[in-house]
Amino acid sequence: MALTQEKQREMLRIMQTIRRFEERASDDYRAGDIYGVVHCYIGEEAVATGVCAALNPDDQIISTHRGHGHCIAKGADLKRMMAELYGRETGYCKGKGGSMHIADFSIGMLGANGIVAGGIPIVTGAGLAAQLEGKGRVAVSFFGDGASNAGPFHESINIAAAWKLPMIYVCENNLYAASTSAASTLAHRDVAARAAGYDIPGVVVDGNDVMEVYDATQEAVARARNSEGPSLIECKTYRWRGHTERVGGADPRPQSEIRAWQERDPIERFVAGLMDQGCITQEAWQEMDEDILAEIEESVQFAIESPFPDLEAAVEDVFAE
Amino acid sequence: MRKISYAQAGMEALVEEMRRDPKTFHLSTDAPDALVEEFGSERVRATPIAEGALTGIAVGAAGSGFRPIINWSMVTFSFVAMDQIVNQAAKIHYMFGGQVKFPITFRTSVGGGRRVAAQHSQSPYSMFMNLAGLKMILPSTPYDMKGLLKTVIRDDNPVISFESNRLMDFAGEVPEEPYTVPLGKADIKREGTDITIVALAWLVHEALAAAEVLDKEGVSVEVLDPRTLVPLDCDAIRAAVQKTGRLVIADEAGPTAGASAEIAAVATEDAETFAKMKAPVKRVCALHVPIPYTPQLEDHVFPDRDNIVAGVREVMDV
Repeated sequence: MALTQEKQREMLRIMQTIRRFEERASDDYRAGDIYGVVHCYIGEEAVATGVCAALNPDDQIISTHRGHGHCIAKGADLKRMMAELYGRETGYCKGKGGSMHIADFSIGMLGANGIVAGGIPIVTGAGLAAQLEGKGRVAVSFFGDGASNAGPFHESINIAAAWKLPMIYVCENNLYAASTSAASTLAHRDVAARAAGYDIPGVVVDGNDVMEVYDATQEAVARARNSEGPSLIECKTYRWRGHTERVGGADPRPQSEIRAWQERDPIERFVAGLMDQGCITQEAWQEMDEDILAEIEESVQFAIESPFPDLEAAVEDVFAE
Repeated sequence: MRKISYAQAGMEALVEEMRRDPKTFHLSTDAPDALVEEFGSERVRATPIAEGALTGIAVGAAGSGFRPIINWSMVTFSFVAMDQIVNQAAKIHYMFGGQVKFPITFRTSVGGGRRVAAQHSQSPYSMFMNLAGLKMILPSTPYDMKGLLKTVIRDDNPVISFESNRLMDFAGEVPEEPYTVPLGKADIKREGTDITIVALAWLVHEALAAAEVLDKEGVSVEVLDPRTLVPLDCDAIRAAVQKTGRLVIADEAGPTAGASAEIAAVATEDAETFAKMKAPVKRVCALHVPIPYTPQLEDHVFPDRDNIVAGVREVMDV
């Protein structure tokens, strides 16, 4: 289905927002203003953006430890995201979650998760909830090539297929599980091939082509809304940065491989296409980027001006009242 | 009053609560016929034997506005789902800043006596007590089972209902009229003045039997059943120990870092209670071994009324 120019520009804006947000998060992490660990999604922006562009606001997604892109693509507020990274009480999780546990249930973003494959059963439960409600909602599980080798992937897809849950399983195959190559751990080079074992559609798409991701998701969403059950979409992509932003972390990936993927930059490719179609001008693109940078600066200011949580907060929210 | 079994009392709680709240649904690897007949196979689903996935599904459905009831069957199988229990269910409300509620009931059976050896005879509730973010009950009578389980299903948090294998056929009085039992309220199963036995699940009944024997020796025994492990009724435990000055704790689990250790600490850490204690605390627990199969060994490993009587005499002799 052809998208309006406005919608395509919006998708571009989301991709660039993810990139600029993470560039800033990485800088601020290295400056010591953001704590713990930050996993960057840079290079993979087309996946979250293309998938979420095919969803309705009340559809649900679950993320991974590399969650900023999914948050932004589902419509999360940058200020509350940045405040969470900064550990402030105005953050999405009141400063208790950090980068690895950002969630906004009000927009259907069921959380980033520190356990590889941990989110897959949880979002499958959201899919069961959607089926029981019968209002046509769908749920999307984002996960990586690493998670596709873990039990919860297989258990969840089997249940979703057996019960025809309105699920879309999106594998972001960035070719490495932390520092271990998918080539050395996947029995079949394509995760999508596993769909055959569950009698559901499985497709491989260019994860650096946002429109290809969008089209595949559209098809899977239509199937899910039509009570025909789950689909598996494997997006071949690549992260430009190390597994985490920690300086000195192990990264065995050859520079030539990283460079080759950077030449397939999902944002540059999309911008070039949009310019060819006359959908955006160079000036408008620059202006968009400046707007995004200003918005991110605002989010940082919001975070810095927000207080840290009161110490009493440490014992709050262990249980719901 | 009519009498029904511990297992029937649990089923009654489920039926009543599933009638009451259409957002409840039931997942287990065997779907109970009675529930399927009344509520249909959409709300009462038999799942693959994939406890990790079905536990995670409960978390996601709960976060999406439902109130799932999960039966892991034997507690052994909960270990297959440990990531979802420990890393997800227990922490998700807190980790996400309390954004949404996760009302989940996990039912599971614990304890020995069925000659099913090490894996299927465990009582590992203290492993879960050690986590923050899970509530848990451990009923000892059909009355408590029904009343507590109804409260659990209505609770807005993940709650584990540990249910004693040995008590499944145990019959007791359960009123026809609706009632609930609150979490965090201990129950004095027998009043006494010389010594307090805090007993859990099946050992409540063994403690009551021991109390009869001891009564003939002139020892007045009080039996306190905490009924819920999280929240634990610390006030009731301390009050009972302050009254009698002596404490024996009877638990079918092993002693090491067990619920019994926690209960001992609750009493002895409190200055007022400690000041009134006339003797050291005594724990009557299983031996700290995997549970063996052959009846002679299994019965030797688990504590019973005789061990409790011996434990009480020891404390009384100090």
